[in-house]
Amino acid sequence: MNKQELSALVAEIIQSLDAPATKPEPTVKASDYKPADPGPKAEDFHHKDGDFVEDVTQLDLRKLYLTDDPANKEAFAKLKAKTPARLGSGRAGPRYKTLTMLRFRADHAAAQDAVFSQVPEDFAQKNGLVPLQTRCKDKEEYLTRPDLGRCFDEENQNKIRAAVPAPPKVQLVIGDGLSSAACIHNAMDCAGAIRDGLQLQGISLGQTLFVRYCRVGAGDAVGDVTGCEVVCVLVGERPGLVTDKSMSAYITYKPHTGVSESSRTVVSNIHPQGTPAVEAGAFVAELIGTILQKKASGVALQREGAV
Amino acid sequence: MAELLSVGLDVGTTTSQMILSRLRTENKASAFSVPELSITDRQVIYRGPVRFTPLLNEQLVDANKLKELVAEDYRAAGITPEQVDTGAIIITGETSRKENAAAVLKSLSSFAGNFVVATAGPDLESILAARGAGATDYSSTTGERVLHMDIGGGTTNLCLIEDGHIIRTGCFNVGGRLLKRSPEGVVTYLSPVLRELTDIPTGQIPTHPQIAALTALLTQTLAQAAGLAPETGLLRLLETGEVQTPWQIPKQPLTISFSGGVTCCIEKDFPPNAFGDIGPELGQAIRTSPLFGGKTFLPEEAIRATVIGAGCHSVTLSGSTVYLREVSLPMQNLPVTVFSQEEQEDPNLSEKIRCVLTEEDRVLAFPGFSAPDHSRVRRLAERIAGSETPRPLYLCVQQDMAKALGQALALLLPGKPILCIDRVWLEEGSYLDIGAPVGPALPVVVKTLILSH
Repeated sequence: MNKQELSALVAEIIQSLDAPATKPEPTVKASDYKPADPGPKAEDFHHKDGDFVEDVTQLDLRKLYLTDDPANKEAFAKLKAKTPARLGSGRAGPRYKTLTMLRFRADHAAAQDAVFSQVPEDFAQKNGLVPLQTRCKDKEEYLTRPDLGRCFDEENQNKIRAAVPAPPKVQLVIGDGLSSAACIHNAMDCAGAIRDGLQLQGISLGQTLFVRYCRVGAGDAVGDVTGCEVVCVLVGERPGLVTDKSMSAYITYKPHTGVSESSRTVVSNIHPQGTPAVEAGAFVAELIGTILQKKASGVALQREGAV
Repeated sequence: MAELLSVGLDVGTTTSQMILSRLRTENKASAFSVPELSITDRQVIYRGPVRFTPLLNEQLVDANKLKELVAEDYRAAGITPEQVDTGAIIITGETSRKENAAAVLKSLSSFAGNFVVATAGPDLESILAARGAGATDYSSTTGERVLHMDIGGGTTNLCLIEDGHIIRTGCFNVGGRLLKRSPEGVVTYLSPVLRELTDIPTGQIPTHPQIAALTALLTQTLAQAAGLAPETGLLRLLETGEVQTPWQIPKQPLTISFSGGVTCCIEKDFPPNAFGDIGPELGQAIRTSPLFGGKTFLPEEAIRATVIGAGCHSVTLSGSTVYLREVSLPMQNLPVTVFSQEEQEDPNLSEKIRCVLTEEDRVLAFPGFSAPDHSRVRRLAERIAGSETPRPLYLCVQQDMAKALGQALALLLPGKPILCIDRVWLEEGSYLDIGAPVGPALPVVVKTLILSH
């Protein structure tokens, strides 16, 4: 290749770079040209500045069916409606499609965020709760030292004493647990319904406590300090890929540090797609009534045949 | 978990029969969640003999004889009415038009058990037959669109099912005993509904072509109803007037399923006058028609479909979180008023409720809210309480929120009788029966129609 040929080639390459890449040159006559795959249409990309692309987390996974050329789309859609599992996601070669991949990563990120994010500083004050913190000084210590998430220092114990001067029948505790999102999303609605339900049974609730860096066992420490007959801890569950907003209610009769795990009655799966917070609260209130009546919770209560 | 003993009784045009079934209920939620009780298994444990419906004359059902027959069946099955938890009695076909039908139903249902409900009406009959024949289960398993035909003595009940859901029902004067014959073949009875269709005179032996022409017309009516033949005036001529809405021809493709007495004549050849009617000829005509040309489904117990439907499929369970105060159960025949999404949020709701409840106790049905916040539940409770009605409050919400709503209301209205259930779908104009609690849930029977007169 001589110098002249080389410069001609370079010029050609440069020219091809300048040409708009979206216009392929058909090598057949336009009338014969029928692309098998029309590819994305122009209107799919009509995003102006300031627009947002579609939020993949807003898509309902139970309705998202990505398999190409399904044999029976309706039948599969019916199956999908029954499960949060990521079925019928199709594939691109041996891999996930882009949307599946993005959604999976988004859900995973949400789960991690739920663990690592904080319940806002003003949550307790806004909702009229008594703000407390376990012995954990930050999230990292909370995650690595479960034992510290079950007890309070002297200052926090005094706060509890000030808020709950006399031993109450029932003490309600709201904790962030492993999902701040679950706590923010469900706790107050659930607590409201519990309060209604208990009031109906003639049981009045005192001040509700809010515990940052809270493990379930923090309720036992609250029992030590307040001398309550029953403690009910509403706490965020470890998030998964289905939801990051699932909360549980742990109810313990005569709670104290060292009480056995088998003495807890738990109502889990409290979130919008599971048991709605208000309905769970109404159920928990009745359950607390039964626990007070039977003077037992957990396995001992089940033995009574009450649940 | 718990088991329910359920009775089903079908008092039909020609025959009456009873079954007993065991409904098994199970908590489908995990041990650490709010319970979710549902009926997981339905098993027929006793099948009474198929008996002729006792009549005093053309206008009156023999109530005492019928009661004796039921008592006989109970003895044969080794049970007493006190052991029966639930069930339904349905009076079907021509029998529901008898003068004393309502009275017979009432006395029979109170005799049969504490929470045995009385039902009637061609729409409900169609639904129970389709459920009892397994056509709804078949449709939900296969995803096929199914047209169920329950071909009895006097009428054929149609039920269109998509994805296991009942879409619509219909009823036609097509049946095996519209013409009755003596053992010698002499016509002893010709139903008035056939007068325009045949010139067969009573008191004579009809010719073979005359019977063939008649059964062909009856079969043609069903083929038209299924959309397998072009519609003519015949279809509307034989449609009964008691259904809520005229039958609409369904879309194709269809799977056709059959039940009712004539079904055994579709499956098997019988001599022409085997049962003193035109059942065998009608069955054969159906078998050779387009109705049997495509995909079909024949249940195992075709002749018992309606009674199995009544015994096994009329009772459902409410959601497992409900609220009850000062209400004694069972309650029967509560009329239903349905409020819309907009109405339940409307400040005028209180006024509307007061109006609705002026004359009688009613069930107020609301769509409810999906996972509502606590203040939203309380606001709905305040609107309901604001009606200041002197009547008890019977509420039914579709969404899972009954206990929360019930408790919120109970706080606002101390001492007021309140019943609040959820996860029951009600339509305007239906009636509700509510039984005593089964575990945390309440058994309910939704009735779409009560006796037409």
